Amino acid sequence: MEETLSMKAHMLKKAAAAAFPYTLPIFAGFTFLGLTYGIYMNVSGFSFWYPMIMSVTIFAGSAEFVAANMLLGAFNPIQALTMTLMINARHLFYGISMLDKFRGTGLKKVYLIFGMCDETFSINCTARLPDSVDRGWFMFFVTLYNHLYWFFGATLGGIFGSYIHFNTEGLDFVMTAMFVVIFMEQWLKEKRHFSSLMGLGLSLLCLIAFGSDHFIIPSMLAILGVLTLMRGTVEKEGADE
Amino acid sequence: MNLTEQIITIGMVVLGTAITRFLPFLIFPAGKETPKYIRYLGNVLPPAVFGMLVIYCLKDVSIFAGSRGVPELLAIALVIGLHLWKRQMLLSIAGGTIFYMALVQFIF
Repeated sequence: MEETLSMKAHMLKKAAAAAFPYTLPIFAGFTFLGLTYGIYMNVSGFSFWYPMIMSVTIFAGSAEFVAANMLLGAFNPIQALTMTLMINARHLFYGISMLDKFRGTGLKKVYLIFGMCDETFSINCTARLPDSVDRGWFMFFVTLYNHLYWFFGATLGGIFGSYIHFNTEGLDFVMTAMFVVIFMEQWLKEKRHFSSLMGLGLSLLCLIAFGSDHFIIPSMLAILGVLTLMRGTVEKEGADE
Repeated sequence: MNLTEQIITIGMVVLGTAITRFLPFLIFPAGKETPKYIRYLGNVLPPAVFGMLVIYCLKDVSIFAGSRGVPELLAIALVIGLHLWKRQMLLSIAGGTIFYMALVQFIF
């Protein structure tokens, strides 16, 4: 009994240690963005309880900024729901991509799904792990660390608000840089670049056509349409991995 | 808005976010065979999604105003160069970000 307990502790430690370096860029990005969000809530007149609770329960950056605006407007719960569904529709693609990877993770699965933000999804979907690291717990810790960074930044920003002055202009680029690297990692390991190129190209076209506030859903539909139409060809050429 | 209305509003945003995250897992539960088409999508979607996320990060960059996207372009080029050279995730990200911060704070 003691033997298995210490083995389990060792396994947890290993997964926790393996997950940490992957989340370092997110530590920088989320602390900064979380701070920005907390400060925004603070100067909008909300107590720190709001960003603190919202960062834990919603845990989706853009939706939280929009929620702040909703709280300042007239009460309209249906609009709050539909706006959130539209802003976060991209998560549907994450879920479809992780159906297999989350299989067999037990109870953790509920938290893995709950905490699946853009950054967590990207890491959990691409990280290459040695066999000695438990994949389920690795994904759990990636999710947990990122959740904590966001909570930490948002709460700090909510408490100190407008007292915080430091020159961090441009730090938000850390998120862009991370997604560029993740895109490249995918690119370097795949044989055919059809899907990568479609994602980049169709999203860019939709951004130009629909503008920055309304391009995600058209992009998703376009990507879905093209990948569905090309299914025969893509499958015949063999899977990308 | 009173406190109850605020709690309902926040609850709606929590619910909406959770729906977008849980829905695929509820429609295609682990116990049942996932349709082939959905499994195909699960395999080919990630590369497209990463491309979409790169564009998503750059959505507010205007090529007609301000610095016209030049700092972003230069910093992304550096990230790509560093990553092709060393393929060290943290180095590529940190290098690109520090370079970008220097560009927007001192040059543009």
